[in-house]
Amino acid sequence: MSDTSTAPKKSGGIRDLGKMFGGTSSAGRQFGILGALIVIIVLFQVLTGGKTLDPNNLINIINGNAYVLVLAVGMVMVIVAGHIDLSVGSVAAFVGIVVAQSMFIWNVPWPVAMVIGLALGAIVGAWQGWWVAYMGVPAFIVTLAGMLFFRGANQFVGNSTTIPVPRDFTFIGGGFLPDPDLGIPFNVPTLILGLLVAAAVVWQEVRLRRNQRRMGAESAPVWVSGVKVGVLLAVVVFATYLFASGRVGTSYPIAGIILGVLVLGYSFLTNNTTIGRHVYAVGGNWRAAELSGVNIRRVNFFVMANMSVLAAVAGMLWIARSVSSGPGDGVGWELDAIAAVFIGGAAVSGGIGTVAGSIVGGLVIAVLNNGLQLLSVGADLVQMIKGLVLLLAVGIDVYSKRQGRPSLIGRMTRRRTTGGDAGDAPQGTQTPTPSQGGAAETARPSDLTPQG
Amino acid sequence: MNAAAAAGPTILEMRSITKEFPGVKALENVNLTVHAGEIHAICGENGAGKSTLMKVLSGVYPFGTYEGDIVYNGEVVRFRDIKQSEHAGIVIIHQELALIPLLSITENIFLGNEPRNRIGAIDWIEAKRRAIELLARVGLQDDPDTLVKDIGVGKQQLVEIAKALNKSVKLLILDEPTAALNESDSQHLLDLLRGLKGRGITSIIISHKLNEIEAVSDSITILRDGKTIETLDVGAGGVDEDRIIRGMVGRTLENRFPERTSTPGEVFFEVRGWTVQHPLAADRLVAKGSSFTVRRGEVVGFAGLMGAGRTELAMSIFGRSYGTYVSGEIIKDGQVLNLRTVGDAIDAGLAYVSEDRKALGLNLLDDIKSSVVAAKLGKIARAGVVDKVAEHNISEEYRKSLRIKTPTVDEGVNKLSGGNQQKVVLARWMFTDPDLLILDEPTRGIDVGAKTEIYGIIRDLAAQGKGVIMISSELPELLGVSDRIYTIFEGAITSEIAAKDADPETLLRGMTSDRTTSKKVTQR
Repeated sequence: MSDTSTAPKKSGGIRDLGKMFGGTSSAGRQFGILGALIVIIVLFQVLTGGKTLDPNNLINIINGNAYVLVLAVGMVMVIVAGHIDLSVGSVAAFVGIVVAQSMFIWNVPWPVAMVIGLALGAIVGAWQGWWVAYMGVPAFIVTLAGMLFFRGANQFVGNSTTIPVPRDFTFIGGGFLPDPDLGIPFNVPTLILGLLVAAAVVWQEVRLRRNQRRMGAESAPVWVSGVKVGVLLAVVVFATYLFASGRVGTSYPIAGIILGVLVLGYSFLTNNTTIGRHVYAVGGNWRAAELSGVNIRRVNFFVMANMSVLAAVAGMLWIARSVSSGPGDGVGWELDAIAAVFIGGAAVSGGIGTVAGSIVGGLVIAVLNNGLQLLSVGADLVQMIKGLVLLLAVGIDVYSKRQGRPSLIGRMTRRRTTGGDAGDAPQGTQTPTPSQGGAAETARPSDLTPQG
Repeated sequence: MNAAAAAGPTILEMRSITKEFPGVKALENVNLTVHAGEIHAICGENGAGKSTLMKVLSGVYPFGTYEGDIVYNGEVVRFRDIKQSEHAGIVIIHQELALIPLLSITENIFLGNEPRNRIGAIDWIEAKRRAIELLARVGLQDDPDTLVKDIGVGKQQLVEIAKALNKSVKLLILDEPTAALNESDSQHLLDLLRGLKGRGITSIIISHKLNEIEAVSDSITILRDGKTIETLDVGAGGVDEDRIIRGMVGRTLENRFPERTSTPGEVFFEVRGWTVQHPLAADRLVAKGSSFTVRRGEVVGFAGLMGAGRTELAMSIFGRSYGTYVSGEIIKDGQVLNLRTVGDAIDAGLAYVSEDRKALGLNLLDDIKSSVVAAKLGKIARAGVVDKVAEHNISEEYRKSLRIKTPTVDEGVNKLSGGNQQKVVLARWMFTDPDLLILDEPTRGIDVGAKTEIYGIIRDLAAQGKGVIMISSELPELLGVSDRIYTIFEGAITSEIAAKDADPETLLRGMTSDRTTSKKVTQR
């Protein structure tokens, strides 16, 4: 005990920066991956002779990856809860074709079509969530079935053809903020947006310090906060400058705004709300969560249903950008989203992972993709490199965890001898959650046949 | 026959065995002498070191990790693993059976020991022939192709013995073999042990069921606190349950329980005729018509051996979190409660601190502050948004009042020692502001200093007028902390004793047999 009491007393700038990404235990790795992202950006900026941080390229990166990042936001919650969703690509394609069809063939106005798309995502999610949460079928199986079913449904609805999307609708995937000509070489709405973000950064830090005071906790010295805010503001100003100085008619893209709103909303949800806490509790130790009164079925239902709604959003972003919906949409998206989440620091066994981390993980893949394309590297090599990056990111984490052990050996051995490795068990037995609960709640003796 | 067996040659001698774990001496100079062809029982309370001794003997703890000598058949042996001890004819059957449920009886018997034919493949014909032979020896008529999951626990136990016989066992060690068995299965198993004895197989049996030990064993070695107390020769006469209990308990109570003047109020919580089935086996009842009461400001002890159904009783009351409800009612403050989920139970003012802190109590990935508020997050949330300042300040208060040793409440719970983790769990349930706290082995696996602190917390809770149920395997602790104690045996409450009238002997009697003991106090 004496050894723990001395260690991490300091809550300096770097630790606080790590805290931007939420969780305590995984913050280090997410901080690491943020560093990796910066290194990759700088590397490609040099290698491509400045093409990476060109405004139009940045807009491309955002528009071309918004759908994967939206999926990653939902996927991180699924993975934290200890599940997986393989169906997101097919669900996105299915929703996409229905939305496209409703506008193109039935002449539904685009706002209504969007609502239809979201509702359809919710229905699909409720269907899959019911199987996972209440029937106790592992999410891997449910969503593998969904992957097949909704891929087929896409082709059934669209007759295996490509359906165009009306012009009005495409702004969400490829559109920009208005660009009034005020005589300055910048896009004014983007500048305003940048100003808002900058204000939010400052306000966030002020609020953090105020809360720390109310907690009676020691705040970092003012200069640390100052440096932190300064660095963040520099990033915001630079990004604002880049996005505002692009080709005439362009601005920070609409898809990026949708993504930003979702990221903020879901970060808040996972960090600050009871349902968010419950997701982590179920993923960390579902039996302990159950004995603390958490309704684990409702949590499982929620994460699965929510994922499909976000898949619907991703599907609509995609058809808006590609101006049509086709039978090949969304193939392999689930793997991109899952890779983003794991590169972003989530644990395979559940309980660990953050929205912000997953977005950074997704951006690592996106920038890598983009940079390699700018360097005219072939798709074959790009895939190989992406595979290695995923393996390395998780491999380095696993390795450093194992290396970290000796320094903690005192604590580790004490725990091992008193409690064995019981702590590992609940993670291993994650999947049978609902079936377990089902057996326990059966009240009628007649239902009680041993089911293994 | 006993005299003859006891006079047989010595097959095993364990000399001054000492086994230490970091911070704990599990065994200290333990001596054990077993004669060939006898059934030798080892008795002791939970944690007396019985299983540790058997693990030393069978090579689970290899040579070099303990001190002392093992002399087997006249030779000093140094087993490095189980394979070596099995090779020498020593086979241990653990309490948790090591059978693979989805393999057949034959496959299980020969697992890791498969007969081969000329080309090196498994000779299933030979295996099956031998399996039928072995099953006949243990008195099992089942088809050897039956899957192990489809036969009852009693028969599984016999398959384990058949597996041991296949390894040409000379010394068979059974750890709590009848703990999970019903009466007739137990009887069959004991008969089988007697039969094996007739064929020259020596057995060592660890059991909490003293009536069975008395009936089957030739000699009994008693362990207490990791030391050998005595070896009784059953054949010489004068050995009965009371005699064994005296040997098992015989220690003085240390003065490590906080002084308290208890003034229990009126009965506010009552359970009547509580009957619950095992979640998977409908024919097994884990609670058999249990009834008990709790008064305000009272600490009620539940005494029972492991597997007696204490935890099952508590968890089934706590929102049916274990087993399948059959019948019975819960009455609190004069109202019958229908607690179908853990959430219901928490809302009704119940709290349950699990005996298995790591598997059932804590999310080890979480930090202290969110662990503290986890069971009643709604209390500090508005419209589903958690007030993080309140979360921090509340857990900070508990850190101070319960003296949780940590620099900050932002620390992960996995960094805490067992005692401090337990305080976090207690804080979590105190935060739900319960009227009744059920503490299941609240001091398991924590050091003596922290234990005393936990006792202090229990005392304070009772002083606030809360009812506390304490389940414990440690009798001194029960006697030192409770006002009133119920004993539980095989899922039934067997006696109710005021703590001031109770002593370890009377408790152990209630914990080891279903005959209702004297000294029953009426509480209504």
